[in-house]
Amino acid sequence: MNRTITFTVNGKKKEITIDVRQSLLEVLREKLGMISVKQGCAVGECGACTVLIDGLPIDACIYLAVWADGRSIRTVEGESRNGKLSKVQQAFVDEGAVQCGICTPGFVMAATAFVEKHRNQKVSREEIRRGLAGNLCRCTGYGAIVTSVQKCLDDDLD
Amino acid sequence: MFNFKSYVKAGSVQEAIQFLEQNPEAHLIAGGTDVLVKLHKGKGQFSHLVDIHDIAALNVITQNDEGDLVIGPLSCFTSVAESALIRKYIPILAEAILTIGGPQVRNMATIGGNLCNGVPSADSATPLMALNAVVTIEGSRGLRQMPLEDFFLGPSRVALEHHEIMTAITVTHDNYTGYYGHFYKYAMRNAMDIATIGCSAVCKVEGDILADLRLAYGVAAPVPIRCKNTEDRVRGRRIVSALLDDICEAVINDVRPRTSWRAARDFRLQIIATLAHRVVKQAIINAGGTIQ
Repeated sequence: MNRTITFTVNGKKKEITIDVRQSLLEVLREKLGMISVKQGCAVGECGACTVLIDGLPIDACIYLAVWADGRSIRTVEGESRNGKLSKVQQAFVDEGAVQCGICTPGFVMAATAFVEKHRNQKVSREEIRRGLAGNLCRCTGYGAIVTSVQKCLDDDLD
Repeated sequence: MFNFKSYVKAGSVQEAIQFLEQNPEAHLIAGGTDVLVKLHKGKGQFSHLVDIHDIAALNVITQNDEGDLVIGPLSCFTSVAESALIRKYIPILAEAILTIGGPQVRNMATIGGNLCNGVPSADSATPLMALNAVVTIEGSRGLRQMPLEDFFLGPSRVALEHHEIMTAITVTHDNYTGYYGHFYKYAMRNAMDIATIGCSAVCKVEGDILADLRLAYGVAAPVPIRCKNTEDRVRGRRIVSALLDDICEAVINDVRPRTSWRAARDFRLQIIATLAHRVVKQAIINAGGTIQ
């Protein structure tokens, strides 16, 4: 059940042959080596596999790889530029928003989409929590994660 | 890897109908947030898939010349909740949708999928039922329309023949003009949860009179339901606090909740009565009414 798809991953055009039964998570990890995309629950509840498709966060574990044909995907691997972390990544480091780390790539991508969507807006902690409600951190390090996002948005306001 | 045996991708509604006709075992897949989870858990009934994910014609929200709102069933929850038309004319639907899952799920899951799954907890069902939404269904024998209320037949059973596909969800102009609503989802968590009880109230207020009320519940029966007896009993009455008490009492006879591991029947009845009061009250306030 093979099919060839063309998509952009972190700005680079790729043409690869996939099995239509594969999830985007499997293709990104196994074919393209993007191991930042974690499999947590595998049923779209924990958000560890969050990637951006055309700018929108989705759970790659319940997204057929064939749907990525013609679309643009972003993962944590593509977020730093010339060795410099993205604003969201740097804020996670500064705030110590990383504990065991398994949820972090998913959180970074969900937070990146949230920050890009709410640029130049005053956003409450409650709204940030709702915006990140699709990601679970079982170390329960939510406070620092929310603060990281708040910092990114507040910096933009200045 | 998901364990399905055949897969075809439909480029149009006609093609999807043809594929369904060709394979009696075929099942539609749209956003995938239900079907792929069921496949992951090894459910056999999804072994043959007809993929309608990318039929662009079903992924639009428009207002026709009559002023009716027409929602393409393949619209994902995020695009419905963020649609300027929805927010302006039927904000209760956006309110309800924003309680579903989390952002990732809302970016993938479709409103048509939510309805066609036919589960009693479908959060988009009750606001649409309270707005008297009509669904359009297309199949190899043509096109038909029916009230959304009649679309739900039982748990996970809807009025779709094997060869049919939902192609529109319509809220007509007269069903939203002058009407205001409120939605509340009672669940154990604020996100990523299934409703214990969902409640939608849509009403029209004329002076101190409740000119019309449409009250719908999720998880209060084997299918999402409208409370027609309660609605008939209170239509045209003066808005006083005794009216709200009356609604709470009447609504119990319109519902048939069950005990499940999520909640006991008695607990659900308690929430149903409490929400009748709160949600109808807020809908009346949204409509510009005051409770005497």
